[in-house]
Amino acid sequence: MLESIDMSLVDWSRGQFALTAMFHWIFVPLTLGLSFIVAFMHTIYLRTGSEEWKRITKFWMKLFGINFAIGVSTGIILEFEFGTNWSNYSWFVGDIFGAPLAIEGILAFFLESTFIAIMFFGWNKVSKRFHLIASWLTAFGANLSAIWILVANAWMQHPVGTAFNPDMARNEMTNFWDVIFSDVAVNKFLHTVTSSFLLASVFVIGVSAWFLLRNKEVLFARRSTVVAAVFGVIAAIATIATGDTSARIVGRKQPMKFAAMEALYEGQTHAPLVAIGAMRTDTTKFPNPREDFIFKIEIPNALSYMVYLTPSGFIPGISDLVYGNEEQGLMPYEERIERGTVAIETLKELKKAKDRGDEATYSALREKFNDPVWLDEYYAHFGYGYYKGRQLNELIPNVKLSFYAFHTMVILGGHFLIFTLVVLWLSMKNRWGNHKWLLWVALITMPMPWIASQTGWVLAELGRQPWVVYELMPNLAAVTRLKPAAVQLTFWIFLATFTVLFIAEIKIMVTQIKKGPGGK
Amino acid sequence: MFGNLPLLALQQYWFIIVSLLGSILVFLFFVQGGQTFLFRIGKSETERTIIVNTLGRKWEFTFSTLVTFGGAFFASFPLFYATSFGGAYWVWMAILFAFVIQAVSYEFRTKASNFLGQRTYEWFLFINGLLGTFLIGVAVATFFSGSQFSLNEMNSVRWATGARGLEAVLSAFNLSLGLTVFFLARVLGLLYFQKTIDNDNILTRTKKALLYNAIPFVVFFLTFAVWLMLREGYAVNPESGEVFMEPFKYLHNLLAMPVVLVMFLVGVLAVLGGIAIGLLRDGGNGIWFAGPGTVLVVFSLFMLAGFNNTAFYPSACDLQSSLTIQNASSSHYTLVALSWVSLFVPFVLAYIIYAWRALNKKKIDEKEMQEEHHVY
Repeated sequence: MLESIDMSLVDWSRGQFALTAMFHWIFVPLTLGLSFIVAFMHTIYLRTGSEEWKRITKFWMKLFGINFAIGVSTGIILEFEFGTNWSNYSWFVGDIFGAPLAIEGILAFFLESTFIAIMFFGWNKVSKRFHLIASWLTAFGANLSAIWILVANAWMQHPVGTAFNPDMARNEMTNFWDVIFSDVAVNKFLHTVTSSFLLASVFVIGVSAWFLLRNKEVLFARRSTVVAAVFGVIAAIATIATGDTSARIVGRKQPMKFAAMEALYEGQTHAPLVAIGAMRTDTTKFPNPREDFIFKIEIPNALSYMVYLTPSGFIPGISDLVYGNEEQGLMPYEERIERGTVAIETLKELKKAKDRGDEATYSALREKFNDPVWLDEYYAHFGYGYYKGRQLNELIPNVKLSFYAFHTMVILGGHFLIFTLVVLWLSMKNRWGNHKWLLWVALITMPMPWIASQTGWVLAELGRQPWVVYELMPNLAAVTRLKPAAVQLTFWIFLATFTVLFIAEIKIMVTQIKKGPGGK
Repeated sequence: MFGNLPLLALQQYWFIIVSLLGSILVFLFFVQGGQTFLFRIGKSETERTIIVNTLGRKWEFTFSTLVTFGGAFFASFPLFYATSFGGAYWVWMAILFAFVIQAVSYEFRTKASNFLGQRTYEWFLFINGLLGTFLIGVAVATFFSGSQFSLNEMNSVRWATGARGLEAVLSAFNLSLGLTVFFLARVLGLLYFQKTIDNDNILTRTKKALLYNAIPFVVFFLTFAVWLMLREGYAVNPESGEVFMEPFKYLHNLLAMPVVLVMFLVGVLAVLGGIAIGLLRDGGNGIWFAGPGTVLVVFSLFMLAGFNNTAFYPSACDLQSSLTIQNASSSHYTLVALSWVSLFVPFVLAYIIYAWRALNKKKIDEKEMQEEHHVY
């Protein structure tokens, strides 16, 4: 069961998945947010009957369409990559993980794809009312599909509502509602979609600023800006609020990720939050608990407060988690590895007993997997058993990347709130566009939500390494046994394809934007 | 309602749903089949634009069905998903690639500054139509002919060949189904043109092409069907779960399940009738017969593969690793949860049909291409 594994296979498989996911995520958040912005504009058009609003709706709808297509084409790879590159994972947890994907297809994709056709082609073919409903249903469909895939991701981060079935050697779902309504899932969904709304709002404001700078299509640009600014401010507030909850949940449920994103090596009460800092280049080589920062500015007590809403809350550092902290009840990794090994060996013995027809041994071992105490003492550490005889630092995520990803996201989040508030305030006063330098700020800000969104995912996914399913299955057990060269080849093919598609998308987008809404 | 059903009933229910999705997918391959005629039937720029737009309003249905088919298979039979996708790596990667290039091609084809040029995107659509249909046909043929995998005690897949699934194209039996699906998709594409396009040049060429594609379709289909009936198949002992080879297994299955036999025969007649209508009459009603006929035939093929104690994803190199609807499925709890979701399917179908009709009320012609706001 624990055969030797070529780590380059794991790395290339991770690389390929990261490549696909990050490329997919360039387009999806814009789709999620822009779909609602288009629906708002379409509604205003129908209520006012103004041709100007029709032009506005059509323009943003066109950009939505270009962006949507490329999101779809990369989404299909992600779904199938779970099988092609992570087949052991697909079996081990497929009983739980597959369901959200199937529901996504049945409930969301058809809703989206059916009504998107009406939205694009329905202008003169269906009633105005039905056409508007189609725009709204497209937006709901897009965001509904986000729910299911994020539920699936949240479950990997925090596996709940499941039990291990040793006969099948897999985890099985025991409570559907626990899976979809876990606090991780709910918060992940809210944080992801609201940040996507924010991204789309900043995009619309940025593109409109470009028109204002050139003094072209001024009415179109101002009106687009107002819609986006209102949506943007609400989204920015919601993003920050859900981000704060996210941090609290991570602090409690994924302490290693939390310690990594703050580069906290030694745990403490009254833990300060690093507001800004730069790390030395050699700090990721663990153990090296000291001299991890070149400089840092800290906010006293903030980290403890963030997680436990009291300064006296103890935040474990990486050392506490790896070497244990008896006082805080933290078990050292060595011990967890031993216990995980016992769980794995018990499963092996059970399989053998079943194969040779030794009913008595089989029943005795089977009973353990029903015993809550044994499950808590041993099975809870199952994933650690794969690290028997391996280096402890394989169980620590990349600290520096986690730290920078987290801080980049948070700093940018603050910027977006101020930015959207200023745009909204000036728009309400009808003064947006009067200050050229602010329009330039809008243009420069435009790509930033993508950076924040991508770094958010980098933190979420890199910070939980090496776990594919938190503490139950590490990446080296989840990967499909392929020749590393095969994965390398598909990696490069995908990279080349994505690069070409990306260039095409950007060129088309820029040209469409330059053309403007037209049709006057 | 579902909670009281025994596990086997739920497994069968979900195999039926997955099979239904698979059969609807093959019908919707008319989009892929139509794409392979871009150059042959679309001689002028306008004609190609008409064809692309006819298909372009439907490509997302095929795409969504494919994704849902994959998702539903994953959810209900995760061991199949893990074994087939992880094992036959190159086949699935090739299929994926064929669909990645499709999704962007409609939207990007006529847009200014599209980087690769209109022709390239048209070629992408052609490649998608060719590879997508052919390779999925070959992959489904392995449901009957077997694949080169084995599973260890943790159900982790090992593939016996370095070609990781691509070796399937070397089997004449698999090829016969691959080519059947390819030509069927083309035939369906042509019948769809007849139903939705109002352009004399296109319709004249369509009728001619229909004859030239219906003939190889019928030849390959008969080859596959006869071969399937005569070949030995992967039977399962219902008591012990042991898999063994049984001569004429699929013929036995067909005779043992009269409903499937009737569906199969009615389906074949409907497809042939649809082609005859397309060849002999104007008005484009052939698709009304060939479409549902396709669904019936493909559905009955899935039933032959998985029902009546048959291994639906057999291993040719390690018989006992073969997957059956019993050993590859999700747990009772998960299947019950999914079954509740499946109650939404009629509702989904209803709004798809409604939306489809809303857009297809009028045939596509040159005038519309000039006036339409959103042209691919």
